[in-house]
Amino acid sequence: MRLALAVAGKDVRAELRSRTALLSALVFAALVLVVFNFARDPTALSATALAPSVLWVTFALAALLAMNRAFTIERENAALDGLLLAPVSREALFLGKLLANLAFVGSVELVTLPLFTLFFNVSLWPRLPAVLGTTVLATIGFVAVGTIFSAMTVRTRHAELLLPVLLLPFMVPPLIGAVQVTSRLLAGRPWSEMWGWIRLLAMYDIVFVTLCTLVFPAVVDE
Amino acid sequence: MTAIASPVSNADQIIRRGLRLSAAGLLGLVLVYVLALKYTPVEARQGVAQKIFYLHVPAAWSALLAFSLVGLTGALYLWLQDPRLDRFSAASAEVGVTFSAVMLTTGPIWAKPIWGTWWTWDARLTLTLFLFFLFVGYLALRAALHDPAERARLSAVVGILGLLLVPFIHLSVYLFRTLHPQPIVLKPSAPSLPPEMLRTLLVSTVVFTLLYIGFVTARYGLALAAESRELEENPDVG
Repeated sequence: MRLALAVAGKDVRAELRSRTALLSALVFAALVLVVFNFARDPTALSATALAPSVLWVTFALAALLAMNRAFTIERENAALDGLLLAPVSREALFLGKLLANLAFVGSVELVTLPLFTLFFNVSLWPRLPAVLGTTVLATIGFVAVGTIFSAMTVRTRHAELLLPVLLLPFMVPPLIGAVQVTSRLLAGRPWSEMWGWIRLLAMYDIVFVTLCTLVFPAVVDE
Repeated sequence: MTAIASPVSNADQIIRRGLRLSAAGLLGLVLVYVLALKYTPVEARQGVAQKIFYLHVPAAWSALLAFSLVGLTGALYLWLQDPRLDRFSAASAEVGVTFSAVMLTTGPIWAKPIWGTWWTWDARLTLTLFLFFLFVGYLALRAALHDPAERARLSAVVGILGLLLVPFIHLSVYLFRTLHPQPIVLKPSAPSLPPEMLRTLLVSTVVFTLLYIGFVTARYGLALAAESRELEENPDVG
């Protein structure tokens, strides 16, 4: 675990020093929100009816963008070989990469949320802890799968294209779950209506984080 | 294995066997058409449109069989590292994509006259659509990787993850649909089919399974032939 934190710390430091990827991902997320606002007929559909879907599609697209770079940064100067030679277990390496990706996607989501409340005029504040909790729960699962696919697609010449093609089907269950929970939260529905979805999200996280940690060695080892 | 002596002739043999099985399957398909059109009664409510059932359901069966075997052989490959398992997964995924294309085209043709719409976000429909996408992605990844060992390992991982994704997609689209009740879908859940229909369905399922085996065998032999050809051209790679 300490080693995983070291790997994650390395990525986070590298990102904080350049900040280009994080900034572009943030601008991208803001732009998607703006574009969505114009893609809606304001007389036919209220902003709140569409808001949860917009929020989660934005998160998904920004996450795709963010995860593409998780292993592309390791491709330069064959940095991945260096990492693999280091006395770090493959599992710790995967968890470290996962944590770094979560930090990256999480900070994009954290900045997108206030913009979202502003643009779509929804008040999240009374339900903020619940919305944040849902976001964390849904994000962990697909970032875990995304991390492993990013390690795979980086070996091809079409990484930017292949990652979404592989990852989007895997994003479907967490996205459906997150949209359902978020829309019920925004509508102030009781917990009992969300419980099934929350369990689904938690199950997805447990299954895929475990499985991805187990199969990661097969992806990186020659 | 005799493959060491002459891998090319061995591959030829497998291809020929696959083609023979496929030809038998295609003949069987003719039989299925005759049975479906002449032998089975016309369904009372749906009329002739219901005949597509004898192609749609067996195609779905073969597609699901293909995809489950991709996941299982992927898991076995990571354990045993046998290239034969990888060749089989690749063949099975390609054939599975073909059968699910049959399923996804016959489905809407049947749905239009009966449900009144080409497409509906029914749970099973959505699931099969995502299966199709998943395995198109699987094949795209295979096409983008060139080192055989690497390609085998990575696609095995995708196959395993895909197999585990299926219950999640099923659960989520099912919850999604049942929480939003839609207009009642008139689907023949038919707990007891007339014997003629059931027999035709069984024959058709056997035929489609035979087609699956034939196609996969032929595809497997082709992969083997391609590999041995590559090995002949630059022997130092292997």
